[in-house]
Amino acid sequence: MNPDTKMTQATATKTKTKTIDISGLDFYYGKTQSLKNVSLDIHDKQVTAFIGPSGCGKSTLLRTLNRMYDLYPGQRAEGSILYRGRNILEPGVDVNMLRAKVGMVFQKPTPFPMSVYDNIAFGVRLYENLSKGEMDERVEWALKKAALWTEVKDKLNKSGLSLSGGQQQRLCIARGVAVKPDVLLLDEPTSALDPISTAKIEELISELKRDYTIAIVTHNMQQAARCSDYTAYMYLGELVEFGETDQLFMNPSKKETQDYITGRFG
Amino acid sequence: MVGEHSSKQYDQELEAIRSKVLLMGGMVETQFDEALEAFRVGNAEQADKVMADDQAVNQLEVQLDDACSHLIVRRQPAANDLRTVMATIKAITDLERIGDEASKIARTAKSLHERGMIGFNHYDIVRTIARNTADMLHDALDAFARLDGRQALQIIARDDEIDFEFRTILRNMITFMMEDPRTISSALDTLWVGKAIERIGDHAKNIAEYVIYVAEGRDIRHSKPALPGSPAVHGES
Repeated sequence: MNPDTKMTQATATKTKTKTIDISGLDFYYGKTQSLKNVSLDIHDKQVTAFIGPSGCGKSTLLRTLNRMYDLYPGQRAEGSILYRGRNILEPGVDVNMLRAKVGMVFQKPTPFPMSVYDNIAFGVRLYENLSKGEMDERVEWALKKAALWTEVKDKLNKSGLSLSGGQQQRLCIARGVAVKPDVLLLDEPTSALDPISTAKIEELISELKRDYTIAIVTHNMQQAARCSDYTAYMYLGELVEFGETDQLFMNPSKKETQDYITGRFG
Repeated sequence: MVGEHSSKQYDQELEAIRSKVLLMGGMVETQFDEALEAFRVGNAEQADKVMADDQAVNQLEVQLDDACSHLIVRRQPAANDLRTVMATIKAITDLERIGDEASKIARTAKSLHERGMIGFNHYDIVRTIARNTADMLHDALDAFARLDGRQALQIIARDDEIDFEFRTILRNMITFMMEDPRTISSALDTLWVGKAIERIGDHAKNIAEYVIYVAEGRDIRHSKPALPGSPAVHGES
């Protein structure tokens, strides 16, 4: 690799603000270790993509960022994840507040069995006490952010389940955005969607990164190349390579990364 | 050579492109050799063949461009594969131009010998530049086939010698023309041949630059690349 590009990469990484600073992270499902000494920074108002074959630990890593794993006994994380300077793995952390700040959208759209309006308002009510008018504004704002408003503004009282898959996924993103988080974690948000809905979500990601820090797990390498600023390639629980997306896809520094992104894997 | 893709079909498509580029390289090399031979001995038939062969070279360029576009749309190549495809698209343009220059030499050879009035040993004038350029082209194609970045850097350095040799030819021809105006048309023809050879050297240099791009991911065009072992100087003034 060209030392010049390496240097620019390092400088670029340094000058950006870190939202999340992961260092020496290990993760265990019972006795099985599924993350090994992972260290990387997630930068403010940038999109960071995680790629790698199934079982490489990318979703696990995402789930540690808002302690989603806490819901399951026997799963534990060691090391440190500094979110805005505070280690969120420490005991005294308010997990509910953390999840309000670090929202998550899953692979399959998971609308609640309630109206479109209530799908959005539900989360907001947990953290804030808004008047009817304020809540209406918030719902509209969130749906606009998720590029769904024009499609659902006349059916806010219809069930969230009546929407199409792509709309449901954008509804989930709107739900995540409505509590005004700081970070959005997207776990394969488009893998169940058709190309047009996928394009809309990708468009949305580039809109949302003006206001939010985004981490996305994807199996679609072109998607990572299209919408992220930084990409992390993981394999067997280890971080193989992390760097600027353009650099990683044009000229990766590790042969393992090159083999994976060019389809020479396994 | 790097490992195989999970998709055998992908490997075959890339290999088909690669071997066609090498075929095209071999064709323009032959064109160049035969054009020089036609220039040396004045064989009109051979000159005609060089010009006719250019059609096949042009066709290959079109086919390869098409194969590369298809590969991009079907496979979305990344990293070294992407660099290979990008470099191929550029390299075949240079190869096609080399074919054009060889045809130009053949055409000049034909008219020079048809007029029959030379007055100096025209081939001696270009002998050195022709031999050095033919070697350089051969080595550039060899480096492209083996993706040898180190060899490519050495080839690039040789282009300066070719340029120097061309300036020597220019001075020589000016001297002839001043001494005896009857040599003007042959001297100009010889000069055009020298220029065509010098251009072929430039194209060979371009191909060597693409080899470095594929092998190392560095784009060294319009910079002064350092030979292995010496520090790089960037930004030509």
